[in-house]
Amino acid sequence: MSAYQALVDIVGSDRVSEDLVERYLYSRDSGAQPAGQADYVVLPKTVEEVQQVLRLANSRNIPVTPLGGGLSLSGLVVPRRGGIVLDMKRMDRILEVDEMNRYALIEAGVSQGALREYLKQHHPRFQHSTPEAPPTATVTGNALIQGHGHISPRYGVNSDMIGGMEVVLPTGEITRIGSCSLDEKWFTKGPMPDLAGLFVGWYGTTGVATKLSLKIFPKPAFREVMAFQTDAVDLLPEAISEVMYLDMAEDFFLIMQEKPDWMNHAFLVVIVSGHFKEEIELKKSAYKNLFKNFHGGQPIGFVRDLHPALEKRFLDVPPLAALAADFREGGGFQYTGAILSVDQVPAAWHRGIEIAHQYDMICSYVHQVLQGNSVMFGFNYSFNRGDEKDIERARMALEDSNRVTLELGGMIWKGERPAQQMVLEKMDPNTAGLIKRVKALLDPNGIMNPGNWEVP
Amino acid sequence: MQYEEILHRCFRCGFCKLPSDYSDINCPAYLRYRFESFSPGGRMWLIRAWLDGNIQADARFQEVLFSCATCNNCVEHCIFPKFKDQLLNAFIAAKAALVDEGRLPPQVRDYLTRLLEHGNPYKMPRKKRGNWASELGIESYAGQEYLFYVGDVGSFDESGARIARSVANVFRKLGLSFGILGEKEGSDGNEARALGETELFKHLAERNIDVFKQLGVEKVVTLSPHGYNALKNDYPELGGEFQVFHYTQLLVERLPAIELPDSPDFAFPRKATFHDPCYLGRHNQDYESARQVLDLLPGIERVEMKRSGADALCCGGGGGNFFTDLVSSGAETAAKVRVREAADTLGADMLGADKGAGFLVTACPVCTLMLEDAVKSQNLDGRIQVREISELVAEQLF
Repeated sequence: MSAYQALVDIVGSDRVSEDLVERYLYSRDSGAQPAGQADYVVLPKTVEEVQQVLRLANSRNIPVTPLGGGLSLSGLVVPRRGGIVLDMKRMDRILEVDEMNRYALIEAGVSQGALREYLKQHHPRFQHSTPEAPPTATVTGNALIQGHGHISPRYGVNSDMIGGMEVVLPTGEITRIGSCSLDEKWFTKGPMPDLAGLFVGWYGTTGVATKLSLKIFPKPAFREVMAFQTDAVDLLPEAISEVMYLDMAEDFFLIMQEKPDWMNHAFLVVIVSGHFKEEIELKKSAYKNLFKNFHGGQPIGFVRDLHPALEKRFLDVPPLAALAADFREGGGFQYTGAILSVDQVPAAWHRGIEIAHQYDMICSYVHQVLQGNSVMFGFNYSFNRGDEKDIERARMALEDSNRVTLELGGMIWKGERPAQQMVLEKMDPNTAGLIKRVKALLDPNGIMNPGNWEVP
Repeated sequence: MQYEEILHRCFRCGFCKLPSDYSDINCPAYLRYRFESFSPGGRMWLIRAWLDGNIQADARFQEVLFSCATCNNCVEHCIFPKFKDQLLNAFIAAKAALVDEGRLPPQVRDYLTRLLEHGNPYKMPRKKRGNWASELGIESYAGQEYLFYVGDVGSFDESGARIARSVANVFRKLGLSFGILGEKEGSDGNEARALGETELFKHLAERNIDVFKQLGVEKVVTLSPHGYNALKNDYPELGGEFQVFHYTQLLVERLPAIELPDSPDFAFPRKATFHDPCYLGRHNQDYESARQVLDLLPGIERVEMKRSGADALCCGGGGGNFFTDLVSSGAETAAKVRVREAADTLGADMLGADKGAGFLVTACPVCTLMLEDAVKSQNLDGRIQVREISELVAEQLF
């Protein structure tokens, strides 16, 4: 029986395609990475269907690429060696929200927008951490790629918020991780060996997550944006440290744009929140005074009349960050998500501007501070999808900023395949060897998203 | 191809397939198929791939294009202000290019052939166009204030004709001066245009325009939002400058002058929720006329579905799909989702045979028929009743 017919037998003819239009579309993403080649696209609805698809693929050595929202922009869901793209968005049920034990149990295809609205409607006192991505991004996808979201400066990145998982192994076993492996309780992923770590950050090379329990958090009634402006980039690490030490921020960004001129400064954008008006006033007052005596009180100023567009941009959840894709009227956007230690921010800041100028781009920064330990430093590149040379320029700029990231001792978040290779080359050989052994153990035939985390 | 220059600018962020609260899928074609290829962003990329020679205009590509219900949700919710208004135009331009090449799904080809050969998709002779009104004694248009333009569905579909009679009876009760064209009326061409058959649309429209002009028509009131859209927005480019109204817009003006009964013919208040027809709402920004009419009716308690106004989920009948059936088959279709949403909105407390059903109200014969079918398929017959708003008004007046 052909692979196509076998897939039809599993999910039905309406949910599998080998037509050229689907193969074309599912062979590329919205970033600047080259296209791959999908042979089949499958839309599973149940964990059993995922299981059967993986058993089939494993028995025939057919590559499988799991796909969520497809918005990593770094080609992580672009099938490099053909095979099946498993579009998980048909598994879109919100199964349970437990306010008392503070988690939401969802299927892997639930979008950020759907969960956010569901909580707003049915559990208005709670929220989940929503990334700076379009609302079509999936919750599970962002957690699995160690993505961050709003409120991450306070609560950590989304992968830290996982309370349990259901995963189908490449060999077809359905496995549960956390308290759900003992009982129908999804409130914690431990204490037990941290098996979630076998699937988080692996870009789908070790299995397919089908359910996820994610922590939910209190949603304060009041939120406000405060901004500080400076040109003293070298003082940013100290300033970041002070903001985080005060420990009252819900969210914290560093931004800069070379155009328009009024944006060509470093802005520290602090979002404060509170259940009570008095609480938020206290926090605002504390932050307003934070830099009054900082290095003589001059270098960092409080922005009194924040531009309404900026205020909206940082209060909107999710923000319309995708607008950056049309900055060059070309529909393309990609970035290096550098995870840098705080002390390296000035060096990265200067190098990023140099790289942008080298490729005739206007520099634009949005960085999120993550719990005081690190900064997600975004080297952002808009490009014109209609111009191959411009796409190539974006790829080269990306490669340069990946190299800078590693030179500065940083790590690359959701790096495209060339970036993963850079990381592996620099990595301690024993660590890389461990990655290789884990992959071989879980995926003996190497069917899962081949090309990613591929240790030579 | 016209609008080719915007295709590469789509980032495929996906706002276009959602309502403004991002809660659910609001694109009928994507809802039906769930492959990204059937989303507006997918369509943008695929049209570009086709123009670049990377894919062929095979049957699947044709299905991708012609399953678009032209509901305008993508235009409403795309976040890119510099080109969002052209999204649907680009899809129609691509369909037009396929029509020129003769590469069409069989259902679309058959629909357009019927329209070309018979002047309507029902293969009915022109002389029967006025049959819907034969027992009403409605005057032919001869200088009355309004021409009542009925269109294909109102003229030839049994349920559509019922709705047309209902509107005509309400007009009479309101004392409106109006006449009809009968066999002089032709198809409005709205669906032909949406399917990219621009020459056929032009032919149909110009024929109507000639008739209107010969008869000295100045004001036209339409039964269907589809006809309203074509006459209001597309006929002027072809020299057809008329004052065009949807019938609900006249009702909202004139109904307050009529003394309605204190109590309705049903014994207790009914909940009613309004389904916005895309060609009245998103295409022409009239979200209020029908609601105001509904609010004038005694015994009706209007409640809103979560997706309403600019966020309304299309019934899936636009863009010719009412006739071609590309997005209305299958387990999960827009119409089926929509009637379930209506049932949830109308609430269990009003349901059941002893208390009567809640009303899912719309102001379009196409929406009415699509939703009626969906109610039956979802076994919601006893729980909600689909009502064209003119029928609710008529029940109060007669």
